[in-house]
Amino acid sequence: MMARKKLYYRNVRMAPYDLVKEFLVATAVVLVLVLIFSLVLSSPDEPPVTIQGVAQASPQTFVQTTLDSLDGNSPVAGYGPPYNHGTGSVQTIGPVSLQKLIGVHIPVDTAQSFVLGPLTQAAAMNPALKAQLTQFNAASAPKQAAWEDAYGKALAKAKETPPTIAIPACVCGPVAPMMAALLQMGQSGAMDGLLLTSGHFYQTDYTRPLLFMQNNAVAAKAANFNLLGSTWGVMNETGNYPGQAWLWLYTMLYQIPPYTTAWAANTDALAILTVTILTLILMFLPWIPGLNRLPRYLKVYRLIWKDYYREQRDAPPTQPKSEQAKPPVEA
Amino acid sequence: MTPDFMNAPAHYFHAGFILISVANLIVIVLMVLVFILAVLLPFPGGRKTER
Amino acid sequence: MSLTRSVQQKLSATLPYEELLPYEQPAYVHSYVYLFGIATLASFILLIVSGIVLAAFGPQWWHFSTVGHFLNSTHYWSVQAFFFFMVVHLWATFFQGAWRDGRGLTWVVGVMTFLASILTAFTGYISQQNFDAQWIAVQGKDALNAVGVGAFFNVLNFGQMYGYHIFILPLVVGALISAHLLLVRMRGVVRPYDDAMADEVRS
Repeated sequence: MMARKKLYYRNVRMAPYDLVKEFLVATAVVLVLVLIFSLVLSSPDEPPVTIQGVAQASPQTFVQTTLDSLDGNSPVAGYGPPYNHGTGSVQTIGPVSLQKLIGVHIPVDTAQSFVLGPLTQAAAMNPALKAQLTQFNAASAPKQAAWEDAYGKALAKAKETPPTIAIPACVCGPVAPMMAALLQMGQSGAMDGLLLTSGHFYQTDYTRPLLFMQNNAVAAKAANFNLLGSTWGVMNETGNYPGQAWLWLYTMLYQIPPYTTAWAANTDALAILTVTILTLILMFLPWIPGLNRLPRYLKVYRLIWKDYYREQRDAPPTQPKSEQAKPPVEA
Repeated sequence: MTPDFMNAPAHYFHAGFILISVANLIVIVLMVLVFILAVLLPFPGGRKTER
Repeated sequence: MSLTRSVQQKLSATLPYEELLPYEQPAYVHSYVYLFGIATLASFILLIVSGIVLAAFGPQWWHFSTVGHFLNSTHYWSVQAFFFFMVVHLWATFFQGAWRDGRGLTWVVGVMTFLASILTAFTGYISQQNFDAQWIAVQGKDALNAVGVGAFFNVLNFGQMYGYHIFILPLVVGALISAHLLLVRMRGVVRPYDDAMADEVRS
């Protein structure tokens, strides 16, 4: 043993300890535990939500989502950075908005990406749709808004018997046939594919389809599973499986004032800031006066090392007292 | 092969603003229990051996 | 001057070979409380092994194959075991004041391991390609966007998250665990608080 360690451990009884055996036994025990849990309880795998599934199960939800995407009323349309220049989801910490400072990096124009883009691709095979799209694009913005508004009012009175929906007639120009075409594309599964394409052959980025579905289908299913952030959802898993329980502190902030009251508009940013500060405190605990002596006051260590203290008390003093009283401290 | 009760709607423990799934609660209670047992249980072959 | 020689001398001074695997420890190490670190390491190894098999067959395999689903189950329960033991290890070392006598860096690296592990688990949940992944991604994005991180760390981008989960972050966690273990071996376990004995004798 190094001299340095010998000095550090003086007056401490040393005993043989088989680290390699400890490691092997620990690995075997954990392996057996994991195998038992896997065999008996398996693991969760709830199938993903698809645009096709939403369009078939609730055509009204689907059409409402597409209309919101077209007229800019969807939360994503007004979200703000990193997707666009909206302000709906911009958060600040005091006077600073890191979100705005960093800016738009993943541009998403909901009307173009979720409605007009997919329709343009479909119009290549559908001359009638092509004419309707041309009519819509040529119209003035107020005209487009009037059509969208009229269609929205009609949609509110629609009767749905999934997978069909009956929308009352309206004076909404090409918007009605455009929405009908998009619903067909949604129900056929074409939308799932079209939202993924981004000018590349290979696809690994689900930003657009997830943003399209997030505020209705995904959130509704999450609410069923009690996964919403307002109900400690970050910790939870589908079914009766344990989730990310280690996020308790972070998700707890979303349940308590002032995060739910005065800070509600900036909850995310302030919760992250809080957790960052608490984490730094944990990390630098060894050098924080007072806190670094906390375990000494809590005295749990007396239980942990109870055998050591009993031994020290019972042992005849083998060293001069002066040396025993002064623990060696390394720099 | 997944047992049905694991995919059934989750059970929850609710007290004031605290809402925690029973599964997570079991994990946390087990952690505390295991820690206490580790402190209290004697370690095999660890005591008063060779001096 | 030989750089090799000075590096070698520095290494053998700070961590001599026999200190890497000492066969003697202070007697108080003979306790279950000292086992949670090694149990965390064991869980990490199971995570890497099950993760390698899952990665080798691709991200979709486990949804359709019984063997794949079982491998996913072992990966899932290994994560639960990993965090279970790591948190209890954190409690144990906290109550011991294990950062004392020049062990501050060991503590810091341990906390960093915890943080990197949380991020690894988070990207893993997002890489599952099921409803859970969809939900955690759309829900998690708002918090990351609110502090500007979402612009570069896009949780809705499966390819990016998968890369983080199966390569970058396991590498970081593995490196941190290695550093943590080396620091523990270099300095040895902390001494018990010294004033306790005096207090106990007095009472």
